[in-house]
Amino acid sequence: MKFESPAGRNPIDQGRVVGVAQPRIDGPLKVSGLAPYSHEYHAEAPGVAYGVMLGAGIGKGRITAIDTSAAEAAPGVLLVLTYKNAPRQFDIGHAPPGSPAPKKGEKPGRHNAPQLQGPAIKHFDQSVALVVAESFEQARAAAQLVHVSYAAAPGKFDLAAEKQHGTVPEDAPDSVVGDFDAAFAAAPTTVDVTYTTPDQAHSMMEPQASMARWDGDTLTLWTSHQIVHWAVDGVAGTLGIPTDKVRVISAYVGGGFGSKLMIYGDPILAALAARQLGRPVKVALTRPQIYNHTSHRPATIQRLRLGADSNGKLLAIGHDVWCGNQPGGEPEKAADQTKLLYAGANRLLRTRQTLLDLPLGASMRAPGEAVGLLALECAMDELAEKLGIDPIELRIRNDTRYDPEKGPERPFSTRQLVECLRTGAERFGWSRRDPVPGKVRDGRWLIGYGVAAAIRNNLTVASGARVRLGGDGVLTIQTQMTDIGTGSYTILAQIGAEMLGLPIDKVRVELGDSSFPQAAGSGGSWGANSSGAGLFYACRNLRDAIAAKAGYNSTDVQFADGRISANGHSRSLAEIAGHDGIAAEGKVEFGDLTKQYAQAAFGAHFAEVAVDSITCEVRVRRMLSVCAAGRIINPQTARSQCLGGMAMGIGAALMEDQIVDTRFGYFVNHDLAEYHVPVHADIPDMEVIFLDELDDKSSPIKAKGVGELGICGVGAAVANAVHNATGARIRDYPLTLDRIMAKITVPAVA
Amino acid sequence: MKAFTYQRATSPAEAAAAVAGHHGARFIAGGTNLLDLMKLQIETPGHLVDINHLGLDRIEPTAGGGLRIGALVRNTDLAADHRVRRDYAVLSRALLAGASAQLRNKATTAGNLLQRTRCHYFYDTTKPCNKRVPGSGCAALGGSNRNLAVLGTSDQCIATHPSDMAVAMRALDAIVETTAPDGTARAIPIVDFHVLPGATPQVETVLQPGELITGVALPPPLGGTHVYRKVRDRASYAFAVVSVAAVVAPGTLRVAFGGLAPKPWRVEAAETRAGADAIADAAFAGARTTRQNAFKLPLSKRLLASVLADARG
Repeated sequence: MKFESPAGRNPIDQGRVVGVAQPRIDGPLKVSGLAPYSHEYHAEAPGVAYGVMLGAGIGKGRITAIDTSAAEAAPGVLLVLTYKNAPRQFDIGHAPPGSPAPKKGEKPGRHNAPQLQGPAIKHFDQSVALVVAESFEQARAAAQLVHVSYAAAPGKFDLAAEKQHGTVPEDAPDSVVGDFDAAFAAAPTTVDVTYTTPDQAHSMMEPQASMARWDGDTLTLWTSHQIVHWAVDGVAGTLGIPTDKVRVISAYVGGGFGSKLMIYGDPILAALAARQLGRPVKVALTRPQIYNHTSHRPATIQRLRLGADSNGKLLAIGHDVWCGNQPGGEPEKAADQTKLLYAGANRLLRTRQTLLDLPLGASMRAPGEAVGLLALECAMDELAEKLGIDPIELRIRNDTRYDPEKGPERPFSTRQLVECLRTGAERFGWSRRDPVPGKVRDGRWLIGYGVAAAIRNNLTVASGARVRLGGDGVLTIQTQMTDIGTGSYTILAQIGAEMLGLPIDKVRVELGDSSFPQAAGSGGSWGANSSGAGLFYACRNLRDAIAAKAGYNSTDVQFADGRISANGHSRSLAEIAGHDGIAAEGKVEFGDLTKQYAQAAFGAHFAEVAVDSITCEVRVRRMLSVCAAGRIINPQTARSQCLGGMAMGIGAALMEDQIVDTRFGYFVNHDLAEYHVPVHADIPDMEVIFLDELDDKSSPIKAKGVGELGICGVGAAVANAVHNATGARIRDYPLTLDRIMAKITVPAVA
Repeated sequence: MKAFTYQRATSPAEAAAAVAGHHGARFIAGGTNLLDLMKLQIETPGHLVDINHLGLDRIEPTAGGGLRIGALVRNTDLAADHRVRRDYAVLSRALLAGASAQLRNKATTAGNLLQRTRCHYFYDTTKPCNKRVPGSGCAALGGSNRNLAVLGTSDQCIATHPSDMAVAMRALDAIVETTAPDGTARAIPIVDFHVLPGATPQVETVLQPGELITGVALPPPLGGTHVYRKVRDRASYAFAVVSVAAVVAPGTLRVAFGGLAPKPWRVEAAETRAGADAIADAAFAGARTTRQNAFKLPLSKRLLASVLADARG
């Protein structure tokens, strides 16, 4: 079903199950350890062997010699794969045989990830060998016996040094409105500031892991992935086999944050080894390998130039972004939110991407906005201070009802940024903030308040589902949609229950299997809205089928309490379903409503921090997020999404930093002890408020995404609060204590 | 991880003899550091001697009025002991500032003293490190060294000792008690226990092959105000950027620093100076900093001033 005109009233609007806080239906399985993750299947893989991947020890160069004899002779070893004996695979550019032509702008075989294809080393911890043995311990011990010699080559590892060579990325053209240079030069008040954000690691709980089993020429792959049909395409494309010969199962995924949108060494190496050995093979990445073998959020350098009149109205908005990546890698589109967030007649947004030899940069939770807002929303704070205008007031004065680049013909479908800011200010006690830094103290602690706006573009993706009502009155939902810890199982059960008039415990949800209808998957915050919309249509088709079988006119039937009713008659759904049950499928495709309407979720983040005036350690004391993101399908799981985003935003502000050693070309802090993410003690009292909102232009279920909105702007609110506390304006993230100590303007108090 | 053999020792002498008699053997107690290092192929013992059943898990008064802590007393139990909390609060506070509750439940007193550095390059077998592979070079000197040492270093190594507990023990002048493979007992003042890297950064203590730590003796209670302040990059589960262990009494001061050196750093001669600045200047004489870690000295000075002001009210 194509969604191409605003949604009217439909059964989701009943709000009987949808919109009501509902604990995760998969919670008991997870806390009891019964939810199997990809490395945890046993009965499905009798005689499984274990593969351990060995990563390259240099950042760039080539293998000059590789000696596998000791490893091959080690106890239990079944196979050692290197570039010398690995089967030929297919790189990006080669789609799986028989697959349809790619969409416009998409490269064929864009998910391919060949391994062990030659001596060239493009990045540290690129796979150089796979050692397979009877036991994991044997494979791990033998992997250390593979001796690889390298010739290291000089590489480009330093973004600041390389940025001058940047070029305009294909998918991030310059955005020019009006005459920025003239307007900026003429503006009475300006800021011209440069912020930097470091490389960041997703740090999801479950490492990438895969198990491969071949049955004849058909591969079944249990792997940890966010979008299973992308995994199917990537594996089939890499191996050069048709997609219908690959089944991918990602029923449970232990976190992703974008790291599992791509495939890496584990599924390919597991598949190759399993085919060669004729038995199932498991391969899991180690935690240290994740940092350099897989992808990360790439570093940025961002120059913000804002020019305003004396009332704070923006006259000129300039946002220059420099980023780097491997050849073929995507840019970090850190200027994207600046297109939509504030009004202003003269605008210049530019991205320049340069080649770097670091591991591949790719999507991490809110790619673009997460780091773009770290810079933009601090620059706005700097402008507010310079103008002597309250930072909230400054943002309100620059609100816009339409896309500032396209004009009034492209209005926002919904936009409650001002309401988010005002509600938050009231609930947070913003009026208690002293705009002069360093004025509020609690013993030796300096107290500061900060605010930032949040925006995350609303993305929608085609998505399908299959539903079946059984004779037991249970509705079973099957879709390729994944649940990466977000709550997909639960919200889909709610939607199914709402549509069929069932209690939620009469709904069974099965996810993450490529034998189910293709779905949106989890990425870009599109999952809940898109997969929910696909399920909506599947359920609508099922309602029609049930009504038809019951002999009711489907236009005036009611589904409630497990029964269908019309014209004073009522029958039990279970009885109508009968022994054979009733099944239906449905799919949503999206028309051009996103072209007609700018669609985004909005929010406002508030932070109170305490900075130790002696040591400059920062402790966030409380946070509040106010979000307007369409229909909130499940306030409980949505709140959890926001809390997670806020925690991650604290990490981005204060500690997360993949440190590049530019001599060797790799990230040196490659474990969870040295790559810091917030721990419980860093996370304060947090509150989330969802404003009432329905977006009828977004989908038939009128929802939008919240998973990424939760992180957007959070770090800037923290950084602005640190400035308010200390007078230190740190423009290089993260705001570590040494950086604050170097700039603090408030004297220490013992 | 290299395959290894395993032996459960039943007496300290047997344990010491087993390690001495087996090239590349190591004691294992809590395993919180050693097992990680073995998985990463940084430590590759061929034989492990499990000392968890030696009965060295008691905290007892000494004849001299102090306290003897068995080598196997877990960090959690030591921090919670009422005598430690009452008479050696600096030690209890230091322990609780370290690691996480789960790690403290397993980690032992002796093992804590023998923790290896957290230098990034020590942890990466693809990089040179004189501590891991003597003579291979020091990647930290020109690399990522923000959290490495500024005192007691050499051209071969700038690693820090990561323990919090040891810093408090240094302030208390604890004595490390050992048994040699031949049964000889030895008492090593903690000041002498850890050695500076010099030209042999792989040597971190004065322990001889097979020599087993049996306990740590604390002197009679010192009285005074006990302070442990740890500065770190997140609120918990982070190694010290810098730390201060202080015992402050009228007219006397003991102060040891963590996060600055390859061992707990204490300069007794500095403690008689007047004022935090003078104490710090004397204690930090000879410091060698890098661009990334130079902030540790002014930070330590600020921290000391604050600690002294708090303690002396």
